[in-house]
Amino acid sequence: MTAVLPSRPAERPTGGKLIDQFEYGLDAPICLTWELTYACNLACVHCLSSSGRRDPRELSTAEAEAVIDELQRMQVFYVNVGGGEPTVRPDFWHLLDYAIGHDVGVKFSTNGIKLDRARAQQLARTDYVDVQISLDGATAEVNDAVRGTGSFATATRALENLAEAGMKDFKVSVVVTRENAGQLDEFKALTDRYGAQLRITRFRPSGRGADVWDRLHPTQAQQRDLYQWLLANGDQVLTGDSFFHLSALGEALPGLNLCGAGRVVCLIDPVGDVYACPFAIHEQFLAGNVRSPGGFQQVWQHSELFADLRNPQTGGACTKCAHFDSCRGGCMAAKFFTGLPLDGPDPECVQGYGESALAARDLELVTPRSHLDHSHKGPVRGQPTLLGMPSIPAKICDESPLAGLKLS
Amino acid sequence: MRGVLIDGSPASAAGQPAAGAVTIPADEVPFDPSVPWRKSPSVALRPEPFGALVYHFGNRKLSFLKSKPLVAVVTALESHPDVPSTLVACEVPEAQHPAYVTALATLARSQMIQRRPEESA
Ligand code: SF4
Ligand code: SF4
Repeated sequence: MTAVLPSRPAERPTGGKLIDQFEYGLDAPICLTWELTYACNLACVHCLSSSGRRDPRELSTAEAEAVIDELQRMQVFYVNVGGGEPTVRPDFWHLLDYAIGHDVGVKFSTNGIKLDRARAQQLARTDYVDVQISLDGATAEVNDAVRGTGSFATATRALENLAEAGMKDFKVSVVVTRENAGQLDEFKALTDRYGAQLRITRFRPSGRGADVWDRLHPTQAQQRDLYQWLLANGDQVLTGDSFFHLSALGEALPGLNLCGAGRVVCLIDPVGDVYACPFAIHEQFLAGNVRSPGGFQQVWQHSELFADLRNPQTGGACTKCAHFDSCRGGCMAAKFFTGLPLDGPDPECVQGYGESALAARDLELVTPRSHLDHSHKGPVRGQPTLLGMPSIPAKICDESPLAGLKLS
Repeated sequence: MRGVLIDGSPASAAGQPAAGAVTIPADEVPFDPSVPWRKSPSVALRPEPFGALVYHFGNRKLSFLKSKPLVAVVTALESHPDVPSTLVACEVPEAQHPAYVTALATLARSQMIQRRPEESA
């Protein structure tokens, strides 16, 4: 494990910038994503967790409640719930109430299939719950190619229901791809129409996303346009700080420019495995399981993997780059799943070093694959046309969760 | 660019004492250190190696206290009649008082601390 990670010093400094403190990790995560199930009623092509079918070893209701109790003790004030499609779990609404009753707020991501009027009204009445609906195109044509036929209509119906129920602060979540990168203004207009807030995040080669990443990740030109768009509109959209690698184009984007994996971010998967980040579902980033003695707290505070991640990077090609301070070498998961070294440039490095690194990869190289794949094996609702392959909602917290904080 | 965690409410990191000047919008009451204050009852402090993470359950803002002495001051506010006496009780060196007042003013603006309701003697 240690061999692949960049070399780092070990002592936490006192004082200094908050971002430097975050590099050494926190006593509990700030941005915890919890995938409640791998089951999903859609089959989006870019699904980061290769979801589809339920895993028989899924945490039971009682086990899930025990995790919530523990989060309350650790003062994790909210979790980002996803999947799979979380609402597919029969006890989803119960767990939602249970968490809120235990001072753990819930932000959940859904494709909206189950968000009928009654549910929308229920959500609007509940404090400490946030909901985001996933869309991958501002038009049915672009959206449905990725998420499946009819999924645009379903999502907009859910948005209507939420707006009508008087829900506040709900979000439309968009993963920026080559297909929809030109639709940012349209997304903004659509979101405004429902009184919702737009959230755009980076597309990463995780899960099934790895299979379509080459085709779907934004081009360099699109990345530059996106950067300009963010500079102009950044105060009106949420990004989870997921585009910090674009800061190397000039003025730093506001927010936390840091890979939070295992430091302030982590993932609990449906069977209780704890990974460094929702985009790093791979044995190499598996820190432990909530079912083992000491539970989640033991994993978060004492796993060897997380200890290794909790240091600033000091070596590697990127540390010599003039933009390292704002870009920090980009996304660990994106490098890993494209077969690039973790201490080198991001595959989408805006200075072009990622492309040359990708080109220089050993042609024999087999890119790492997650050991997990719960993709549907048979036909699913509205099978996406894009690759004829079955996917998932964007994670509500994909990343540096501290977006919006002034970290001066 | 606001993020997930604190969706819809850009929280400010309550800086180290000695952080920059606080700009107070014209329509806002300036911070008054001479009255009794307390940590807001809807606020939880989570201890961290560098200080504390601050979470407001009401407005769901997340913030940070970047030093342990500042955490001690915020916690002690409610047992003292005003800010200066709190700082003295927490053994904050005189020279740092203005910086602490600045930090507390930031916290007051984000409703992390609030004026104590008048206490009857
Ligand atoms: S930068 Fe990549 S690996 Fe790091 S926390 Fe964000 S998504 Fe995860
Ligand atoms: S070389 Fe590394 S630090 Fe420099 S811009 Fe590229 S990814 Fe960022």
